[in-house]
Formats: sequence, structure tokens, C-alpha cells
Amino acid sequence: MSLSLEQSPTTGDEVITNYTINFGPQHPAAHGVLRMVMELDGEIIERIDPHVGLLHRGTEKLIEHKTYLQALPYFDRLDYCSPLAMEHSYVLAIEKLLNIEVPLRAQYLRVLFAELTRICNHMLNLGSHVMDVGAMTPNLWLFEIREDCLNFFERASGARMHAAWFRPGGVHQDVPLKLLTDIADWLDTRLPQLFEDAMSLVVDNRIFKQRNVDIAVVSREDAIAWGFSGPMIRAAGIPWDLRKSQPYDVYDRMDFEIPVGTRSDCYDRFMVRVEEVRQSARIMKQCLAEMPEGPISSTDRKVVPPKRGEMKQSMEALIHHFKLYTEGFHVPAGEVYVATESPKGEFGVYLVSDGSNKPYRCKIRPTAFSHLQAMDFMSKGHMLPDATAILGAIDVVFGECDR
Amino acid sequence: MTVLHSAPRYAPFDGVLETLSGALGADVISAREQHGEIVIHVVRERIVEVLRALRDTHEYQQLMDIAGADYPSRPERFEVVYCLLSLTKNHRLIVKVSTDEATPVPTATVLWPNAGWYEREVYDMYGVLFAGHPDLRRILTDYGFQGHPFRKDFPLTGYVELRYSEEDKRVVYEKVELAQDLRQFDFMSPWEGAEYVLPGDEKAGEGGKP
Repeated sequence: MSLSLEQSPTTGDEVITNYTINFGPQHPAAHGVLRMVMELDGEIIERIDPHVGLLHRGTEKLIEHKTYLQALPYFDRLDYCSPLAMEHSYVLAIEKLLNIEVPLRAQYLRVLFAELTRICNHMLNLGSHVMDVGAMTPNLWLFEIREDCLNFFERASGARMHAAWFRPGGVHQDVPLKLLTDIADWLDTRLPQLFEDAMSLVVDNRIFKQRNVDIAVVSREDAIAWGFSGPMIRAAGIPWDLRKSQPYDVYDRMDFEIPVGTRSDCYDRFMVRVEEVRQSARIMKQCLAEMPEGPISSTDRKVVPPKRGEMKQSMEALIHHFKLYTEGFHVPAGEVYVATESPKGEFGVYLVSDGSNKPYRCKIRPTAFSHLQAMDFMSKGHMLPDATAILGAIDVVFGECDR
Repeated sequence: MTVLHSAPRYAPFDGVLETLSGALGADVISAREQHGEIVIHVVRERIVEVLRALRDTHEYQQLMDIAGADYPSRPERFEVVYCLLSLTKNHRLIVKVSTDEATPVPTATVLWPNAGWYEREVYDMYGVLFAGHPDLRRILTDYGFQGHPFRKDFPLTGYVELRYSEEDKRVVYEKVELAQDLRQFDFMSPWEGAEYVLPGDEKAGEGGKP
């Protein structure tokens, strides 16, 4: 059936052919600096060409010019909404090359704080997704929780966002007992209360459902072919979670469920994240209950610097400290690809070492790259306002996407 | 070697290396298992066939990443590294090819749609060409950028810097001018394989101890 003049979606004398608009680079719903060149037919999206790279800082090149320890803080600045999850992949990659043992308490602490990061990240994403499709209040409530999380990071590491707290061989400092008990109290009282309150406004909300259900449905085959990971692949009904299937640190000791979606639309992606927050709280409670006493970083003095008190007593400790903070440690030659389940999906580090004190090549596998690339195919045929819902459900952060 | 680290543990690699190198046959240049990773170096021209065989017969369904790497001392200086993931076998695999500035690598976009941006990134950063790529534009660098910044011979500071010019009322590009040299400290220990002659040590190699 050919489209006659009367049936055309535009009114008036002329038929308007496809036109192109610019979404971003500065747009509140673009979640950062994303420029999307959209080709529209009326209000229907025909094609999207996302232009990324506006936040490209050459992180991988900078890392090649730093020692392994100096390169660590760059990872906080990748996905600045989940800094510790970024560090996790990097320290595990170094540890895999070094084949160094991490004490149990450090592994528990890492898992505890990785899950706290997941909650922190999802608070931002769930809140802004809700706000992108028109609701204001839940975002403000969720930011309360996020603020609590950031305070916990500060108490553990001294920094609210850029913690640089995970180190090759363990973590930087031990946490005070009071912090652990406060986190336990928070998990029992404040988190469920605030979170369930906020979610009660959203999950059954008619407007929210109208904007998200059946938007950007991706089949299982497509989700696999496009390299989806994290909540995006789980919403498509594939129970794939690196914490379960390829456990790292003490995730194999944790008892938790993997939520999956049934319809693979934006609403499912949202709900998968909602359930992940509850599961993260469950993991954190187990961490707090089971966490043993003991050292928080490896005692291999060729990798982990000694404590300051030790340096006052021992000449050898002083030498180690000096060597580690000037030359740094050497990593055996080889290459590894280590990926962990960051809140956004699979975050990988392909690390090539030539045996020196600096990484020869450090390729960062951002989660957003595959997901954002599928933006064109997911948005085709949807309305212009749906683009913000699709983008919100992808959960992009450009620090990580552009590196 | 006993595994001490706590990095992600996947299904054991028993016999996988032999199976894969047997199945891929003459396309394999070298294959090794090191640091708990299987790395297979294959013939550049056959990369699409190799990846198709790995995807369709050996169940490596997902292409997680394509990384470039630059080794200027080699005759074919660039490596293109494909990181594959098997959801059913719970394995990871690294497949790589090498190339130089002029020789294109066959594109993997015919197999995985998400290879498009990864290959654009490798092209942008290293200048590796991909034959058959539908849309080989730059992706991460600035519009109109020249050069390939992740090559080892590209300086860390770059060549151009930009600022907003009050006179011209627009952003202008200028040659990089550093007030002081970029400080690159060499912390390699002089006792462990440093390449230079230590000050005061010039005669050490000539006539033994003074």
C-alpha cells in the first residue's frame, strides 16, 4: 500500500520528508555528553547515529605511561558512578598476571564494597531513568541512599567518589568496626525503607509503564549477537551473571539470585536492576556476617607496601616502601583479559605486560560500547520520546564509554 | 602452576587448546595457554572463517571486545585482538591477528554487528584498516583529528591543543606548547637491566675493576 497524501502523518500542504535532528551533546537525558544524530519521519525514529568520544581523555594511553599502582586511580574516573567496580577488574587482572594470593578478609571487603557500589550506581540509574520519563520524586529519594553510600565510601577510603581503595593484593586500608556495624544497620533499616518507598511510586505506575513496557524489545539472539551483558542480557531472559558463572573473590560463597526479565523491554531492564539492589543488600549482609579477621592485603612485600609502623622499625620495610612508590612492582610478561560484573554489565580489562613496571597495553572494555551501538537497532520505529527511555535503560556513563 | 589469585574462575580448559588448534588446522600460527588464558594467533586472511567456526561450531557466541596493540619492533607492528566468550561452555578465548599500516584485516561485522564500533575504535587509535567494514569512520577522537594516538610513536601530549579565542569568538587549534618538558620519570632500577651507562660508570665495561 502506497502512502497517499491524505494518510501522511503530517498535516498541511506539503509532505515533509525525513528530517534530521541533533540530540545532545548537552542534553539532560543524554546522561553525559552524547550526541545522537537522529533521522526522523515525523516523530518516528528512522535511524540514530550516536557520536561518542566527546569525553575521550586517552586513559589507555596515559596508563601506558604510569606504573601499575599509579594507573589505578584512572579507573575510578572511567565510570564515575561505580568507581570501585572499575578498579575491581584492574586489580584482578594484575593479580592474575602476578598470581598473588589475596587474604580472605580483603576479598570479603572487596565484595562488600563492590556490592555497595552496585547499589550506589543503580540508585543513580533508576532515579534518572524515572526522571527521564517524567517523574521527579523517586529520583530525590534515591539520591538519599546514594548519599549514604558515598558517605560509606568516604569512611572507608577518605574519598567520596574516587576511592582508589582496591589495590593489587588486597585493599588499601582496613575499615573501622563501627563502619561495618553502621552499614549493617543501614541495610536493615534505611535502605529497604527508602528504596521500597521510592519503588512503590514507580513500579506499578501507569505512566511509567506506558513509557517503558514494550519499548525496545530485544530478542535473546539479538542480545547475544550484539554483545549485551549485565542487566541488558538478563532482561532478555538469559541468566548470565559473571558473579555466578565466573566467580571472583568470594562471590562463590555468596547465596544470591539472578533476576531475569521475560519481555526484554525497558521495563524489564528497570525491574532487573530493582531486584539486583535487593540481591546486593543480601550479599552485603552475608559479607558482614561471615567476614573473618585478618590481614587486608597480601604480605608479599614485592607487591604490597608495608605499613607505616613497620617502616619505623625495619630497614627492609623502608627499602620496600621506597622501591614500591618509585619504581613500582614488575609484572611478569603475558596477557590476560579479566572481566567482572560491573553494575552496568561486563567490564573487562585486557592487560598486556612486557615484564616491566608499566603496563605495555591496557585495553578497557566498556560496557556502554556494545549497548550504545545497539541504540540504532533498538530505537528503530519507536517515537522520539522513547529514545530517552531506551537510553536510560541502557545505563550509559560517558566517562567509561569514551575513556 | 597452582592458582593463588582470585580473578574470575571459569570452566577448566582441559583439552580445549588441543581441540581448537586441531579444528582450526593450518589457520593457526601459534596457540598457547598462559596465565590461565588461551591465546590463538591465526592467519590474518582467514580471521573471518576462524571466527565463524569458533562461533558456530565451538559455541563462542559473544564477541566481547576487539583490542588493538602496537609493537613497533615487529615487521607487522599491529595486533588486533578478539576477546570471545562462550555462554554455554563458560569459557573465554583470545584470538589475534597481526597486520601493518597498509594491509587491511577482514571485518568481523559480517559475524557480529557489535564489531562495527570496536573496529572503528581500532582504526581510530591505530590506523588499522578493516576490509569490508560498512562505516569505517573515526569514533573517539575529535572531528577532523589527524594521526592515530595510541601508536607507540605518537607522543603522550599530542600535537595540537585547542582553546577558546576571545578575538575570533571561536575555538582555535594550535600547536602544543609546553611550559616545561613533559616529565617522564624512568624508575627502572639501574641494577636490573637499564639500557643506559650510569654516570661515572663509563669505564666499567672496558678494563675491569679500577
